[in-house]
Formats: sequence, structure tokens, C-alpha cells
Amino acid sequence: MSSLSAKIQDVFNEPACENNRGKDAKARKQGCSKPLTPGAAAGGCAFDGAKIVLQPITDVAHLVHAPLACEGNSWDNRGTASSGPTLWRTSFTTDLTELDVMMGQGERKLFKAIREIKEAYAPPAIFVYSTCVTALIGDDIEAVCKRAAEKFDLPVVPINAPGFVGSKNLGNKLAGEALLDHVIGTAEPDDAGPYDINILGEFNLSGEFWLVKPLLDRLGIRVRAAIPGDARYLEVASAHRARANMMVCSTALINLARKMEQRWDIPFFEGSFYGITDTSEALRQISTLLVKKGADPEILGRTEALIAEEEAMAWKKLAAYRPRLEGKRVLLNTGGVKSWSVVHALMEIGIEIVGTSVKKSTPEDKERIKKILKDENHMFESMAPRDIYAMLSQRKADIMLSGGRTQFIALKAKVPWLDINQERHQPYAGYDGMVELVRQIDLAIHNPIWRQVREPPPWECQLAAGDEPPGTKSETAIVQGFKKFAGTTADDFGEC
Amino acid sequence: MVRILPQTKAAAVNPLKSSQPLGAALAFLGIDGAMPLFHGSQGCTSFALVLFVRHFKEAIPLQTTAMDEVATILGGADHLEEAILNLKSRTKPKLIGVCTTALTETRGEDFAGDIANIRQKHAEELAGTEVVLANTPDFEGAIEEGWAKAVTAMIGRITRPGEQARQSKKIAILPGWNLTVADIEHLRDMVESFGLEPVIVPDVSGSLDGTVPDRWVTTTYGGTSVEDIRELGTAERCIVVGEHMRRPAELLHRLTGVPYTIFQSLAGLKAADRFVSLLSAISGAPVPAGVRRRRAQLQDALLDGHFHFGGKKIAIAAEPDQLYQLATFFVDMGSEIAAAVTTTNMSKILEKVPADSVQIGDIGDLEALGAGAGLLVTHSHGRQAAQHLGIPLMRVGFPIFDRLGSQHKLTVLYQGTRDLIFEAANIFQANRHAPTPEALDPFRHREMPDELRSSSLARH
Repeated sequence: MSSLSAKIQDVFNEPACENNRGKDAKARKQGCSKPLTPGAAAGGCAFDGAKIVLQPITDVAHLVHAPLACEGNSWDNRGTASSGPTLWRTSFTTDLTELDVMMGQGERKLFKAIREIKEAYAPPAIFVYSTCVTALIGDDIEAVCKRAAEKFDLPVVPINAPGFVGSKNLGNKLAGEALLDHVIGTAEPDDAGPYDINILGEFNLSGEFWLVKPLLDRLGIRVRAAIPGDARYLEVASAHRARANMMVCSTALINLARKMEQRWDIPFFEGSFYGITDTSEALRQISTLLVKKGADPEILGRTEALIAEEEAMAWKKLAAYRPRLEGKRVLLNTGGVKSWSVVHALMEIGIEIVGTSVKKSTPEDKERIKKILKDENHMFESMAPRDIYAMLSQRKADIMLSGGRTQFIALKAKVPWLDINQERHQPYAGYDGMVELVRQIDLAIHNPIWRQVREPPPWECQLAAGDEPPGTKSETAIVQGFKKFAGTTADDFGEC
Repeated sequence: MVRILPQTKAAAVNPLKSSQPLGAALAFLGIDGAMPLFHGSQGCTSFALVLFVRHFKEAIPLQTTAMDEVATILGGADHLEEAILNLKSRTKPKLIGVCTTALTETRGEDFAGDIANIRQKHAEELAGTEVVLANTPDFEGAIEEGWAKAVTAMIGRITRPGEQARQSKKIAILPGWNLTVADIEHLRDMVESFGLEPVIVPDVSGSLDGTVPDRWVTTTYGGTSVEDIRELGTAERCIVVGEHMRRPAELLHRLTGVPYTIFQSLAGLKAADRFVSLLSAISGAPVPAGVRRRRAQLQDALLDGHFHFGGKKIAIAAEPDQLYQLATFFVDMGSEIAAAVTTTNMSKILEKVPADSVQIGDIGDLEALGAGAGLLVTHSHGRQAAQHLGIPLMRVGFPIFDRLGSQHKLTVLYQGTRDLIFEAANIFQANRHAPTPEALDPFRHREMPDELRSSSLARH
């Protein structure tokens, strides 16, 4: 555990993190995870975060050393896509029983599990995840992995991120550390070239990276490894031979990007493929970094030509939506929208942003948002579900864009909602992705069900505003509820 | 006699189980104004929450004591206390259902003692809120055990003990976890049609049926009231659905003397007949015309449906009681159970499953054993196995995250059995292979007689 504590401390110290730069040494040491409030906490644990980052590596067997819940309640639940192997979707867990825990048979069972997987599936590597219980009973997964690797002549990688050490975000970073310690740099490619890059923090959700890759192909840029989306083990192992890194989900893998620069002299930049201007800027930066590292400067001209062509086409497609979406009000309730160019593109076609969460934004981000939104009141740190519900019930927004966790706040308030987090089923990256996002907003807002669900039943037309709906048992709760939302219910439920 | 085969693999491949605390939380979600609370790390709650949401497509109240590394080492009583008080002040629940997890159980603390202290120390603050404890480590059991433990805990904590004056019309019903929202609604209607008054514990039909309330509620809305649990002792009789509900029924009997009748399954004509006869006997009322009509419809469905089931090989993976329910259903239709896989070996019902053997295992086992079957029957996680084997999948149980409306599917009594027949028969019909000369060539299998068993002819 002491090596794990050191690792966590190291991750908290990340000098490339924008938030960290603003802190003094003492604040930095305390780390970035805020202590959780029991009974009022949300979000995943460190193990969750580690698995999210690593599991999309498609040909690896991911083995979770834990009692049932860690894996059994969570497997095959991510929308990342693979162009080949499917082993990553097969779930492996040691499913520890009471006897295993009591008798201290965890390590032996783990070793046996590794052998079974090796024999039945012959994967190029096995990743072994520690969890709360196996960390608590002191199973030494690093030793087991080392022995198994020697015995089976196979990379067996320990991922040391038990849930109780912290948040999902910390787990993301610990996963990056595991790749640095055990994977990246362990294989030498025989085809390294001056146009090789890595994309870090790209998950290929709904296959959306395939909207971007053809652009890079057109420019003659090769993606050595997208980590982790649609990656193969060997690609990740030889990622250290790329000439440039692009980091797309900054908080998740910043330590990985910085340490790759330190260790292998691979420059990186932080960019995004969400939104039109951001996509263009990303292509530009990639070419520029490659030229700096020795690529032929003619690529810069070709990049600009491609950008001009693609942007023109995308803006033209978006303009078609202006008549339908102009003046529509969007509530953005997500921690993770780094890409202000999404906001920019939406506003470009006349959509209004009536609120946005800045919970996970850096001070720089907040400045940018302030500039774009003009009205500071539209920024909020976090909003209680109750308040969002009230805002939506009063029809102060025409649609909410958020993650799956909050979808029911919108839906139960009978307001359109669009998923823009990991579970979504639509690809939104690149130029075409932005057009797709706007198309989905249009489809959501103009769906004919909204008129139907908002209409009260005809026999309740006479009901006065604020009347109690019949057939509910707990009268006091209802009265309280109605008092609280008296303003909101009057508009929506009392009239015909 | 069925052989029960223990799990011998070290690596579970594609787990069949959902965790025991999840089962307990599901039971608490059937209580009005409830807030289940996992005593564990935030991930324990987060994973269960996401799975519930994917299945029910509803906002699910579920909180965590957010155990971190320090609390895990020093003890979690403070976190438990803080969580309970926070929940009380923020959401004003009528019931907080504490479910322990592998993390806190591995450390091992006196949770009952901790909660007793918390209740005593904050008696005034916690007035009007029941705090119930279910010991549900993830390293044993699965949904079935968790659900039963939560119901047992609620009866033990809330129900007023002692013999009480019985209300002759009042029937307590303790349904197993595998009954859907539609099943519960149907049971209620059926019992009411005999002039009886059912009290159902837990009642997910009130809380997880997907209605749109007119306000934002942070606890469950609808379900069994705490008051109804308190008054269970005044029931004339208790009807129990599922072997796993025997323990809570026994406890209720011990505490209050209410007699109980167990139905291990409510699918199939015979089980439905037995249930209806019991209601008729308790109420003294004749079987209503509508119920007779439903029975006739089921008879007709049996006649129309049996063509599709005869000789079919079925591979099922489900929790013990549901495995029994489905296996007997298919066998009663003339099919054969080619593979039966279940979660734990703790249930007596496994001895009655009409199969040669029952494997304690996972969906990897189902895939291995079910290769020659004509239908896979399990939850949505069976989709990869179905794809690998090229065999259609009938989705049952939990979780069902890639189909809508699983909660509104009926699986019990005459009507539910009728629906099950239609669903399975329609899957068979949708996946029928057109005859080909090769598949029918009488000389095809002469050299390899063993393969006849799994030929496409036998399969479809």
C-alpha cells in the first residue's frame, strides 16, 4: 500500500494540471479529491475510473480481483466501439466467496484465474485490477502478476486502484500510471515514422473516433495508438515511438501525457474533437507539432486546405438547422464539457445557452465561458436536482444536455433531454459529429411526444391550479411538494 | 435426482449474478418514502445505481456511506451515522434501508450495535424514520438472498409482534424479487377480485412502475407504507411467492402467528389453479367469471403453443427460484432443459429443478453447456453468448437493459403463463430456419451419429 500512497501523492502533484498551478505546496499535497459527504455523495470510485480508462483496449483480458459487485454489477456497460477484437467485452472476475476471503485464498485463486484465461483465450496481455476487499485483506497483486508473467511468458499487468482510495478521476490517473510502469515502451515497432501520433483520452464512444480518423488519414498522419479507444495491446506498448501526443480528455490522462514527454520527448497539446473550431485547431496543432519534430512543413498547407474545405461544408450543413433552432434555449448540465467550441457552434446557429455547470472547469475555462455567455448568472457550480427540476418545469429551457445520471430530472419535468456523456449512442466528434449533435437536438426538441405528454387529460380541464392530483397516499408530502413548486405547477398542470 | 454441480473455475466468465446488496436495495425500493443506503465505498453504490437505472429507466434513490481508506481502517460507524443523519435532514425518508457490502463486512463491525447507538443518540432527530439493517456482503448470495434478507429485516424491525386480532379479509403477500411490476399489479387485482384486501411487501408496482410524478422526489414515491409493514400481524393469512421468501414468512409467523402458504412458482396452469383455489377457500367466494375466462384463454394458449415447444432444448441461467419457475414452465410445455445454471447453492428449490444437473456458475457456463440448445433464457448479459452461439435469447430477470418494458411483462398466473407461451413461441417462429436439402439429407449424419443431437434439424 505504501507504494500506492506514493503513487497517489505523485498524481496529486501533477505539475501540468491547470488547477494545481494555482495552488501552494500544502494545498497540492492534500490532493484534488474533495472529501465525500456520507449520505450525499455521487460518482464512481477509483477502480471504476481505472477500468473506464483501460477496458477499451480491445484485445486484453481484463480480470477483476474482487467479490462479485465490482465487476458483476458493472460489466459490458460502456459504449466504446472496437473495429476488431471483442475480448474486452468478456468479463473476468475472481468472484471471491466468503471462504476465499476468510481463508486467505485470494492470491492463489487469482493465479489460477490468470492461468485459466491464458489457456482458454490466449490474449496478448492480462490486466489485473485490485479492489477494496482484496486490498484490505492484503493480497499482493503485484507479486502474483509478476510470478504469472514469468510462468506464462505473458504480460500480466497489475492495476492498483482499489475503490476506496478516491474518486473516478483519481482512478483514471492511476490507470495512466500503470500503463507508464508496465506497458508503454515495452515493444519496439518496426515501422515508426515522422507522421506518427497518439491520441490520449479518446474512448471511441459509439465509434466516434472513426469520424475523425479519416481526416488524419487524408493528411497522411498515422495514429500509432488511440489510448484507450479501439486500441490493441501492442499499439499501446509501442506508443512511445510516436512524434506527438494529443490529449483529448484532459483531466483523465494529463499525467500520462506529461510523463511521456519527459521520458520519450513526445510533445503534447490539449485539444478536442468536439465542435468545428476545436476540430480544426486540433488538426492544426498536430501538424505543427509533427513539423517541429521533423516532418515536412508542406503538411501545414495541406492541413489548412482540408480545414477550409471541411469547415465550409459543416457550417453549410449547420445553417440548415438555424430556422428550426434559432432562439431555442439549452441547459448544459455536465461537468466535463471541455470544448467550448460546442457552445460556440450552438450559439453560431442562434441557440441560447441559459445555464451551464462549471463544476469541473478550470479558472481559465470559467473566463472563457464568461466571455461567451455574457451573463455570469448562467454559470453554476452545481445545482440540486430539485432546482434543475423547478427550472425545467417553468420551461426556462427547451432542452437539457447532460449525462445519464440526470436524465430523469428533465424527462420527469417533461422537457427534452440529450445524452452527451459516455453512455450515449450517437457519435459527436469531428465536423460531421457536430452536425449530428445539432441534428439530435433538433430531433429531440421537435419530437411530437412533447405536446402529448404535457397535455392534461381532458377530464381534468376544470382542475384549479395547485389542486392535488387524486389517488396519492401521503397527503402531507404532497402538500409540501405543491407548496414548494406552487409557481411551477400552476403553469403546467392546471390549465387546458 | 438433479445433481448440483459446484463452481470449480477460479475466473468467473461473464457473471450471472448481481450482488446481494443490490437485491436488498431493490426490496427497500418497494417501500414508500424509502432510501436504500449502501455501507461501503462510493463505487459499490454507483455501480448498483447505474445498473438499476439501465434496467428500470427511472431515477433511483440510492446512497452511500462513502467509505474511504481511512474509515476502512479505523471503522465505519462515523460514516454510517453521518450518512443516516444527512439522509434524514436532506430527504426526510420514512425508511432508511442500510445494506452492508463486502468492504464493510470483510472488516467486520457490529453494525446492528452501531445502528442501535445511532437510533438512541439521535432519537428525536430520527423520529418518523425507520432505520433497517440488512447484512448483505457481496461475497455471498445474489439478488435473491439480498431481497429476502431485506424483507426479513423489515419485518423483524417494524412489524408489531404478538398475536393480534385478525382481519378476515386481509391477506399479506410476500412476493419474490423476480415478480415484475405487472405481476404485482396482477396479483393485487386477482386477490381483490375475491373481495380480499392484499398488503404486498415489498410493492415495486407502486414505486418502480415508471409514472411521472408532478414534483421532484428524492426518495421512492409509492410502494408499501411503513405503517402497513407494522400492521402485518393483523392479516388473516400470508401468501409467499418463491422459496427464498420462506424465511421472512417464518419470521412473520413466529412474531405474530400469521399462517403462511408458499407458492414456489406462480407460472403454469397448476400453480395458478392452486393459487385461485386458495383465494376462493379463504374468501368463501366463488371464482369470478373473469378469472375463469383467463383460465380458458390459457388452455387455448397451451393448445396453440405446444407445437412450438415439443422436443425443444432450452438453456436457462437464472437465480434459483426463477430458474425453477422457468424450467418447470418449459418442461410443462414439452421442452427439455439442456442446461440449467444458477447463482448460488443456498436454495432448497434447486433439488426440484426438472433438469439432469444444475451448474452453479456464470454465463460462460451457460455458453459452454447450452451450445446445442434452441433457446437461451437469461438476462440481457446473455446477449454475447447468444451471438457467439447463434441461438436466440429470451430475456428474463435482472438486468434487462437492452429492451424496454421488462417491468410491464406479466409472468404469473393464467395470463402471465399465456404471455410466456406467446413470447417464447414467437421467438421460436422468428428464428425458424428454412429447410435445405443439406440439412434434411438422410445420409448426412450416418458417419457421425453423435452429432445428431445437435443437428439443426433437432434444434429447430
